[in-house]
Amino acid sequence: MNLPIYMDNHATTPLDPRVLDAMLPFFTEKFGNAASRNHKFGWEAEEAVEEARKNVAALIGADPREIVITSGATESDNLAVKGVASMYREKGDHIITCVTEHKAILDSCKHLEKDRYRVTFLPVDNQGFVDMDDLRKAITDKTILITIMTANNEVGVIQDIKEIGKIARARGVLFHTDAVQAAGKVPFNVNEMNVDIASLSAHKMYGPKGVGALYVRRRNPRVLLSPIIDGGGHERGMRSGTLNVPGIVGFGKAAEIARKELDQESAEMFRLREKLRATLERELDEVYINGDLEKRLPGNLNMSFAYVEGESLLMGIHDVAVSSGSACTSASLEPSYVLKALGVGEDLAHTSIRFGIGRFNSEEEVDYVANRVIETVRRLRDLSPLYEMAKEGIDLKSVHWAAEAK
Amino acid sequence: MAYSDKVIDHYNNPRNVGALPKEDPTVGTGLVGAPECGDVMKLQIKVNAKTEVIEDAKFKTFGCGSAIASSSLATEWVKGKTLAEALAIKNTDIVKELSLPPVKIHCSVLAEDAIKAAITDWKKKHD
Repeated sequence: MNLPIYMDNHATTPLDPRVLDAMLPFFTEKFGNAASRNHKFGWEAEEAVEEARKNVAALIGADPREIVITSGATESDNLAVKGVASMYREKGDHIITCVTEHKAILDSCKHLEKDRYRVTFLPVDNQGFVDMDDLRKAITDKTILITIMTANNEVGVIQDIKEIGKIARARGVLFHTDAVQAAGKVPFNVNEMNVDIASLSAHKMYGPKGVGALYVRRRNPRVLLSPIIDGGGHERGMRSGTLNVPGIVGFGKAAEIARKELDQESAEMFRLREKLRATLERELDEVYINGDLEKRLPGNLNMSFAYVEGESLLMGIHDVAVSSGSACTSASLEPSYVLKALGVGEDLAHTSIRFGIGRFNSEEEVDYVANRVIETVRRLRDLSPLYEMAKEGIDLKSVHWAAEAK
Repeated sequence: MAYSDKVIDHYNNPRNVGALPKEDPTVGTGLVGAPECGDVMKLQIKVNAKTEVIEDAKFKTFGCGSAIASSSLATEWVKGKTLAEALAIKNTDIVKELSLPPVKIHCSVLAEDAIKAAITDWKKKHD
């Protein structure tokens, strides 16, 4: 076992060596431009891109012609939201999304609000789910797009995408989902789930950074998008720009591996995650899981360790790479907006840690991480005035906290 | 974020962790910050009423590594000082000693507040 241990696989994943092997020739001898139609260099690049496109499509049950290659999920999200908004402006001006979306969606929607679109930001319940009645009620005859992510990047909660798609379709509204965290980790099929547009990213599934895709449905219904990047008309006019051939080849290989190994891998992620969760819950009191535990990414664990501030916990487990829901770096001291939306109090949000178990984590690593967390939480609780007060039976909510000494 | 060696040292080996009896007339307790802000410091001093010298100090802190280090350092510094000398400790002294980056200055402010709050509490008991 090597230190430090990487257990932050929602942020990014390491490149699978098989993916790197597939990519390497396209950096060297096969360097052609996939848009060059007159020579072998161009043809072999194009062929490789089309092979990759097939694999990306197969992962989500799509047709290869429905895959638009982008620079990554942020671009995909922008293209989906802004591309639909612009194309369907005459049909309507209303978009529905949800408060726990990724910033690429939220900020794209806020951008549109400035252009006089109307956006409904649906709340989530304390497990992280959008309410289907809220969604139904939010739809108007001016609604052109519903965009709700499949799996959340912080708490791993998986929305009822099939049902949302059904509701959207019944009302003739397009449905986009940011499937970045879900694709390749849990079964995701655009036809079974009634999805019209979906964002994907290579580097979240052991592929390279800098490449992603947008699935855009071709029939029932046919979706049209206004491009946000104009130029040579690549990707059926939806996304101009010379294709990142080595990146796309890597994406295709990553998607192929994910599709073939998904069942086995997700079962293993789940087993390791459950071992981590059970160990932490057995050894520590007052730990809380954020977000629903059932409908959740198998490798995700987001946990609050009451009375221990997240950043100090990360400092204590410095040979383990995980993320904290606390952002104690500014005067505003804002904790995660996702945890807030779930109704997690700011006090507990500051104590949260996101563990993201991935393909290359071993059981030995999970055991090591669990032990490090347990010993660090115990040590920091000995140092925590809040833990001391709670053990004395003082209700921390009833304490009048002086933000400053007078 | 990279922490300075001194912050890491205080975090790994915090000085004067613990609690003094709150009701003891020789003890002053300062509790500053709020759980919602991600920082709470409790700093206690035991004061000789005749000399006004701080004979002992203890702390417990909920907060980031810089907050823990700031309060640990504060207890080290106030011990042996008179109340007047302790009141003269400025947050900027703590920033300098621990090489705190700008985003962590609030930790030093909180530590200065904790010293002042503990002294105020002790003085209240001796009015």
